[in-house]
Amino acid sequence: MTDTTATAPAPKPPSNSILSHARYVVSENLVTGFAFGLFALIALCALIGPYVVPYDPLASDTSASLQAPSLRHWFGTDQLGRDIFSRVVVATRLDFIIALSSVALVFVMGGFAGIAAGYFGGWTDRLVSRLADTIMAFPLFVLAMGIVAALGNTVTNIVIATAIINFPLYVRVARAEANVRRDSGFVMAARLSGNDDFRILLGHILPNIMPIMMVQISLTMGYAILNAAGLSFIGLGVKPPTPEWGIMVAEGATNIISGEWWIALFPGAALMLAVFCFNLLGDGLRDLVDPQRRT
Amino acid sequence: MTEIPLLDVRDLTVEFQTRRGIVKAVQHVDLTIAKGETVGIVGESGSGKSVTSYAVMRILDRAGRIADGSVMFTNLDLRNAAEDAMRDLRGREISMIFQNPRAALNPIRKVGRQIEDVLLQHVKAAPSEVTEKAVEILEQVRIARPRERYHAYPFELSGGMCQRVVIALALACQPQLLIADEPTTGLDVTTQKTVMELIVELTRARGMSTILITHDLGLAALYCDKIVVMEKGRVVEAAPSRAVFTAPEHPYTKKLMRATPRPGVSLRDLLPEGEAPTGATIAKLPTAEKAPLLVVEKLIKEYPRKGTQGLAGTLKKLTQQKPAPEPEVFRAVDGISFSVNRGESVGLVGESGCGKSTTSTMVMRLIDKTDGTILFDGEDIGAIPAKKFALLPLRRRIQMVFQDPTDSLNPRFTAARAIADPILRLGDLKGRDAIRARCEELARQVGLPVELLDRFPHQLSGGQKARVGIARAIALKPDLVILDEPTAALDVSVQAVVLNLLQELKDTLGMSYLFVSHDLNVVRLLCDRVIVMRAGKIVEEGATDRVLFSPEAAYTRDLLAAIPHPNFDKVPAAAARMATGS
Repeated sequence: MTDTTATAPAPKPPSNSILSHARYVVSENLVTGFAFGLFALIALCALIGPYVVPYDPLASDTSASLQAPSLRHWFGTDQLGRDIFSRVVVATRLDFIIALSSVALVFVMGGFAGIAAGYFGGWTDRLVSRLADTIMAFPLFVLAMGIVAALGNTVTNIVIATAIINFPLYVRVARAEANVRRDSGFVMAARLSGNDDFRILLGHILPNIMPIMMVQISLTMGYAILNAAGLSFIGLGVKPPTPEWGIMVAEGATNIISGEWWIALFPGAALMLAVFCFNLLGDGLRDLVDPQRRT
Repeated sequence: MTEIPLLDVRDLTVEFQTRRGIVKAVQHVDLTIAKGETVGIVGESGSGKSVTSYAVMRILDRAGRIADGSVMFTNLDLRNAAEDAMRDLRGREISMIFQNPRAALNPIRKVGRQIEDVLLQHVKAAPSEVTEKAVEILEQVRIARPRERYHAYPFELSGGMCQRVVIALALACQPQLLIADEPTTGLDVTTQKTVMELIVELTRARGMSTILITHDLGLAALYCDKIVVMEKGRVVEAAPSRAVFTAPEHPYTKKLMRATPRPGVSLRDLLPEGEAPTGATIAKLPTAEKAPLLVVEKLIKEYPRKGTQGLAGTLKKLTQQKPAPEPEVFRAVDGISFSVNRGESVGLVGESGCGKSTTSTMVMRLIDKTDGTILFDGEDIGAIPAKKFALLPLRRRIQMVFQDPTDSLNPRFTAARAIADPILRLGDLKGRDAIRARCEELARQVGLPVELLDRFPHQLSGGQKARVGIARAIALKPDLVILDEPTAALDVSVQAVVLNLLQELKDTLGMSYLFVSHDLNVVRLLCDRVIVMRAGKIVEEGATDRVLFSPEAAYTRDLLAAIPHPNFDKVPAAAARMATGS
């Protein structure tokens, strides 16, 4: 009530620049600031990791196998004497790319199918929703296993499998949000202005559901990383000796009992931090893309 | 005054913590309410009238706090009372009626049970007799067949009925003070009248005090002993109703009084003195040609009734021996015919559910008709499916101004982008600069400061958003503009400005208006002819003055009589209220 005084003199024109808004979002909430910091670190590892690590992640040195963390090898070495720190940092890029591309894929497929279902209703809705229900009926990780096993053991297929199991989540969120806005005044106004359905969907409805989709994206990023690592862990997916967090945890798992805990712990911790970061990032991302927060 | 007032608010200041620092929503407000007194708090949105009442109830949201002043309820200090004590007090001693009755009721709980909840919470009835008591209370608020309605869910009741249930909830524990926050906004005038009379009668019978929060000066004057006028968080005038209504002292009250549409004034009179636009100098376009622009004949729109379609409906039909007694379709619009001439404004008036909005959306070609013809400039546009029509060049000749300026603007488009949207899709202009220039021209035409064009809707005030909506509608120079209650969501002073703007635009651009509204006083100002609708049919049609001053249909007379307007010249306020109250 207090901010809508019609007669009040216009306040200082609010800055609509995205940069100042990003600064505000990050500084306003400590958790968001922390999550963005962590994200920057992960992104940095993915970008320049392979060029700055002290050792070649694939080079084995049997004379230095199974060494505990030390100043020489910060995270220790594995059975083949490979430097675990280098491998963990280098693996960031692969895991990051898998997660990012699968989320991008599912966002395009699921997001568009969802808003179309919510906006058109009727047969489109029935078709898309039943498809999503069918996918949901499977245990999702087992479904991903099946897809990778059937299509073949490649990075592309991991991306596709991860995208497919996340499909229902995107469809449902996008469908519900589009459905609410279908009959709103601005959609009717857009129709009066001569926009066709396609334009209304992409130009009017999609931007409005971006805030909630951002939360979804951030959450599924973490889920996608876990899924990719999980597939590699059970031997489907990325093949050794490629550095990848899931494989590294799998390789180290047998050594935990014999006391070499560091082989599994550090890639596992990296995995956990990445997932944790994406889960925290959601709210911040939503605030970032929501113009209403820019008052 | 020797006896202690029931509620004594002194020097109340309420602050809100926001991103842009502390906002003082209410500043140094004094308010006293004696036992049995009815006080109206009147003001426009943002005046702090609701915040004041929330502060009294201590239900401010987390960002708000009482910064200064005292709130005394008889001998109890409400500002410093413990939360436990407040919880006990709310509902039992002070209760509240909210603006939107449907939102104030739990949608998945039977209304009777909701009343029982209040009674049990405050131990006003034993569990064994609570049902009887709830039914009795429903009866008191004049709900017909209370025993049946006890089992109704809020969605099964009309808006007026829901508000009665909310009143029943508020009065269940016999409180001493009732705070009614815009209790009739969103209700039809005839329903408003019955609801207000019910509130006044019940509170009077119990010797309760009432605070009526409203933006409608006429409503407050009709039902209150005393009126407090608020502006921007401050009390600007506090006096007996009669004094405020007949001889307002503060300039703001005068402005409010002036801006309220009422019989016997013209559109220009609504604006404050000295601010009248240059109306006289505008060269009116010749409107002599009486060629009909829009002709609607025997228009019908039917909707299927619930449960008669699809599998469930088929099963029902199969299992039923006799055919269902009621028809399978519901006629929202039942064979209406009318016409709109070039340069003419026609008002389409009726209460909610009368089919006026369905009619306008059909003429707008957003939904398809069931039967009948819609001739626009000689062309049968009713025959073109709504989906196809959106892409035809004809689209640009019929545009619309929506009811809720907030809802009708895409939250992610700036004002300039919103205005440019129809130009981009249907217009001839090409190039960023040309479109921008046109947007600025339109902004100037509707009186929107050009520097506001780059703002998002939530950064604009209600009046500014309305201007953006109007600019968008006239961007393609349409022949017919449908105005769907364009001022219903606006404050009276903003409404006065917007109505004048619409009139001015019509005179300069030579458009025709189809003005859809529930408010006869507003329609009277803008329209040449009025069509009164009820239950999908036209009840009365004719020149505005004829319909409003000597209405033929009984329904039109009822509508006119329900508009709250105290007549202080003939009868004293109390007598007038008694007459209407009982």
